[in-house]
Amino acid sequence: MKESTIPSTAEPQTANQISINAPRKAFLARLQRWEWMLVALVVAAIVINSRLTPYFLNAQNLSRTSADFMELGLMMLPMVFIIITGNIDLSVASNLGMCASLMAVLWNLHFDIWVAAAAGLALGTLGGALNGFLIARVKLPALVATLGTYAFFRGIAYVLLGDQAGVGYPPAFTYLGQGMIPGTLIPFSVGLFVVLAVIFGLVLHRTTFGRYIYAIGNNENASIYAGVPVARIKLIIFTVSGFMSALAGLVLAARFGSTRPDIGTGLELTVITAAVLGGVDINGGSGTMVGAALSLLLIGLVRFGMGLKNVQDQVQTIAIGSLLILSILIASIARTISAGGVKLSRRTVGLAIVFIIIFAAFFFFFYWSRAPVIKSVFG
Amino acid sequence: MKHGSFYFVLGIATVLGLILGACAPTPTAAPAATSAPAATSAPAATSTTAPAATATTAPAATSAPAATATTAPAATATTAPASSGGSNLTFVLVPKNLGNPYFDAANTGAQKAAKELGVTVLYQGPTTADATAQITLLNSLIAQKVSGLAISADDADALVPTGKAAITAGIPVVTWDSNISKGGTQLFVNQADTQGIGDSQVQMALDLTGPSGGEIAILSATAQAPNQNAWIAVMKTDLAMSKYSMLKLDTIVYGNDDDTTSYNQALALMKTYPNLKVIVAPTSVGIAAAARAVKDQNMIGKIFVTGLGTPNSLRDYVKTNIIPEFALWNVPDLGYLTIYALDALATGKIKGQPGDTFTAGTLGSYTIAADGSIVLGKPLVFNKDNIDNFNY
Repeated sequence: MKESTIPSTAEPQTANQISINAPRKAFLARLQRWEWMLVALVVAAIVINSRLTPYFLNAQNLSRTSADFMELGLMMLPMVFIIITGNIDLSVASNLGMCASLMAVLWNLHFDIWVAAAAGLALGTLGGALNGFLIARVKLPALVATLGTYAFFRGIAYVLLGDQAGVGYPPAFTYLGQGMIPGTLIPFSVGLFVVLAVIFGLVLHRTTFGRYIYAIGNNENASIYAGVPVARIKLIIFTVSGFMSALAGLVLAARFGSTRPDIGTGLELTVITAAVLGGVDINGGSGTMVGAALSLLLIGLVRFGMGLKNVQDQVQTIAIGSLLILSILIASIARTISAGGVKLSRRTVGLAIVFIIIFAAFFFFFYWSRAPVIKSVFG
Repeated sequence: MKHGSFYFVLGIATVLGLILGACAPTPTAAPAATSAPAATSAPAATSTTAPAATATTAPAATSAPAATATTAPAATATTAPASSGGSNLTFVLVPKNLGNPYFDAANTGAQKAAKELGVTVLYQGPTTADATAQITLLNSLIAQKVSGLAISADDADALVPTGKAAITAGIPVVTWDSNISKGGTQLFVNQADTQGIGDSQVQMALDLTGPSGGEIAILSATAQAPNQNAWIAVMKTDLAMSKYSMLKLDTIVYGNDDDTTSYNQALALMKTYPNLKVIVAPTSVGIAAAARAVKDQNMIGKIFVTGLGTPNSLRDYVKTNIIPEFALWNVPDLGYLTIYALDALATGKIKGQPGDTFTAGTLGSYTIAADGSIVLGKPLVFNKDNIDNFNY
């Protein structure tokens, strides 16, 4: 079935995306699909959360919690580029740890904090360039190359910092992660993310470079024959990813006010989740920056809302996972229906029943997991 | 366009489904939420449930903007009695991670204290022992304006800004088991009194050799381990006293907290010192490995093992008399004392200053030391008579 649907839907898309004449129309057309779904989900999350808990619509609370997700956002921006080209970068969180650790070591050696931070950024860029080199020049699969550097970078973080910690950063530096934009309740890191998201979005959707990224994702060989500098573009996006990981490392270290070598462990999976939930096709070729940003917002709102309702962390993870699977399922069903007409309605009904069962199972689990809490309260 | 409208319709359908899904549990979720402040006692429950229930169900009928308008006063309404009334405080016990028997045992003590004090204690932690996840959790707890936080920190330094934010927001913060660095907490409930643990190790060794004494050896973690070295220093001082002069310390070996290394070190000890009577292993890995070595060499009754460990991992060895007794702090009591300390802070009985004194239920009176901590007390000695009362 997959065999039969892919050519029929992929062809017109490819035509739209590669054509330089109508990128604007393609962009708008895409915006009408997945992004609206995300907007609807975000609105639903806001309505539900504000109904379920009085603490949700509180500027100070939203401000404090939004800063928790900005490191993810910073790493997600280049990840969108990388996934659209059909690659993946598993090393982002390890790279973050390596750069933050280098900065901590230099700070402990009494270097100026900004010198240490610059060294961290340089190391991160270098780490990204190493990924790019392995993938674009040595032609290793991105999954394998970044799985290698994932362990390698984290190992270096432990070698650099060992059982030490970098502490006592000056307020001028911790402002990066803890400060607010003067006169507002907006954390500085949120402002930084918004500015960078706009820049990354413009590069992806408004430049030749961005068109090339889609072209590589749709058909890498065709792009090479069409004269797209595929290797150079891959090198650039992985290097940018390294730089952004380092930047995220600085923001995270500033938010913590300290660094340990295990800083940010496991964030890479959340970064990839956010990108994929945002409609970026894991096989490459499609996705938008707006969608990715919306999905980050959605994940943040859902997690914060569940946190306010004291939903256990395990259940939150399950909820985010279900959200991801559901979103991909819905997209794939919708594509099947729009491609094959109403012929497949019985199948759709079957899958709809599966959804309902998944939903029911989740809510059942939700209560079951809360039961011990309720019981312990009533003794 | 055809695709677009289709997705849009599907999106709307999903949202409706989500809203329906969220509406359905609300009636059940409401008692869960109100049960928090109502947990104290039966008469209080009925009075607090009524306003809370109306507050949550009223906006259900209205539209989104109205919902925000009506929930805003509800927030102040629920927090106001929480800060003034002594009986409907909600504390949160935050372990390093969930699903860890050690922390679950502390929670049983905390719930006991909660019942005695008439407060609610929620048990919330991250899935993995990770500072990032713990900070996200703490931020959502601060946002709810809970009445107090009892934290076992995943990272002493990274939690300082969050701890400060909680204190600034007027939420008392107590740390237990694992401290937050300066400024991030108001009080640390310390489980391990170095002197008490060192003393208990030597006393148990004497119990096992009998009054005539004999040769003992120490199997420690790593040569650099700060806790173990502090305890060993105390043990050496004790051994120099006349009270323990019949005990002869043969050697100190290091198993690096690795099971195989510890096992081999224990075997080597038995071969090198034929008159060895007791192996003291003040580390949970070492004590289990040494016990296994004694069992495998069939030296049960000739060589005893003692030290520090957890009841669940050593239960079988205690019952087979390989480890007739061992020590650890009483983990449920740690949770119990933590909640009493937090309650004393939240109700203003203490300010968290050195010298402040409060009474912690059945544990008696505690005074805050100069370093801003209180020490739980002497370690608990486990033997075959009491070990089945503990599950962690």
